[in-house]
Amino acid sequence: MKKVLIANRGEIARRIIKTCKRLNIETVAIYSEADKDLPYVKEADYAFEIGPSQVQQSYLKVDDIIALAKREKVDAIHPGYGFLSENADFARKAEAEGIVFIGPSPDTMEKMGDKIESRITMINANVPVVPGTEAGLASVEDAITAASSIGYPIMLKASAGGGGIGMIRCDDEETLLKHFESIKTRAKSYFGSDVVFLEKFIDSSRHIEVQIFGDTHGNIVHLFERNCSVQRRNQKVLEEAPSPNFPQEAREKLWEAAVNAAKAVNYINAGTVEFIVDHNHQFYFLEMNTRLQVEHPITEAITGFDLVEWQLRVAAGEELPVRDQASIKSNGHAIEFRIYAEDPKTFFPSPGTITVQNWETDEDVRIDAGYAEGDKVTPFYDPMISKVIIHAENRKLAIESAQKVFSSAKIEGVKTNIPLFQQFLDDESFISGEYSTSVLGEWMDKQREEVSK
Amino acid sequence: MKNLESTMAGTVFTVNVAIGEEVAAGQVVMVLESMKMEIPIEAETAGKIATINANEGDFVNEGDVLVTFE
Repeated sequence: MKKVLIANRGEIARRIIKTCKRLNIETVAIYSEADKDLPYVKEADYAFEIGPSQVQQSYLKVDDIIALAKREKVDAIHPGYGFLSENADFARKAEAEGIVFIGPSPDTMEKMGDKIESRITMINANVPVVPGTEAGLASVEDAITAASSIGYPIMLKASAGGGGIGMIRCDDEETLLKHFESIKTRAKSYFGSDVVFLEKFIDSSRHIEVQIFGDTHGNIVHLFERNCSVQRRNQKVLEEAPSPNFPQEAREKLWEAAVNAAKAVNYINAGTVEFIVDHNHQFYFLEMNTRLQVEHPITEAITGFDLVEWQLRVAAGEELPVRDQASIKSNGHAIEFRIYAEDPKTFFPSPGTITVQNWETDEDVRIDAGYAEGDKVTPFYDPMISKVIIHAENRKLAIESAQKVFSSAKIEGVKTNIPLFQQFLDDESFISGEYSTSVLGEWMDKQREEVSK
Repeated sequence: MKNLESTMAGTVFTVNVAIGEEVAAGQVVMVLESMKMEIPIEAETAGKIATINANEGDFVNEGDVLVTFE
């Protein structure tokens, strides 16, 4: 593998370029009009404008990107996360041109991209799934019947959805009635399919996922778990590895279930098996993400592996760099913070120009930044401007180190969620490690009450 | 005649009112999508919609007039 096109932008494009440079692989970047001045465009060996700023006219233009990859004679395409990373059609078209798609097979992507089909696959592989419906719901009447047999509260979800988009919690029949059509409409517009299904809502649960990796020689390993329960609007805000408040016995069972899930689909390359874990540490399969995750750096921190390098090697047909599960060790504790350009209280986006961006860091701190000082954060893409990854001997030291980084950080021109992290990291609900996915929302409510007192 | 301006740049996700409609203060007139988030734009005061200046799918900048009131 000598030349790779990166079908993505911002911090992840930059992160992939970094590994390619180290491995002497040439990189081809693509960019929209709005992104022409971003660091990744300058750091790639070659860079081409692919279209206007809207994603539909740039980063999602399957045929244009394939044509460019062909013209530039690249060996492979790295899709990053989001955009075309889980698009089987894109992967098939690349492969039809003799270009390797860095990811699992298109068939696996399709199977796991359909949430109903992935549930059925996991049931057959004896991986526990959240109680719910095993087929799409034809009508709101069907939904009401199914919901009363599952029991409220339930989650109404788009089968083609994922990553927290296209789902809503319904506590009773009235809310289900109210949201049924709107979720279908939204699913159709976001994902092109209006198939919806129901899952039981598991109260005070955690979102814990397992990194898995497979190669074309039949090897599959896991690289431990990540706890991603600190969320706002069903979107992750910080992730940690290992998961706090998770007994060793439960962890081992979870890893085993994830490896079984991967084996059930003969998984190749990097993947993540997401689980819902209740307060008794009982877990249920939620979904499988067939790509590199935003939060992969915390796994890199605790294992010492470069996951993008693993992806490139597997895509080139090599065996996994480490195949013996017992020799893969987890070291210390890592936390990733997603720095969003948004109001820390309302979570409303805050586009603008980053006039000052200054981090004071030491060697245990990794900053994956998508923007440089003077760059414009535009409204066309998600609000994440960078990721702060802390690695320390233990969780307590990692939290202390994070506080140090945030207290010296200076970002001006856009609002960020750094003030939120500074306060939240001081709160017992986070420090104790015994938190569920509702932790951030509950903490925000408490803050508001205190202000109004 | 009053104008309701966009509070931020983004794409019009839904238009929730029609011309001639009487809207109450705080009623959602449009929903914009910016940075993958839906942002409701609410009427600041009550009034009757005179014109709708942006359609679903249009890109609007901060300060662009979205609707005018009679």
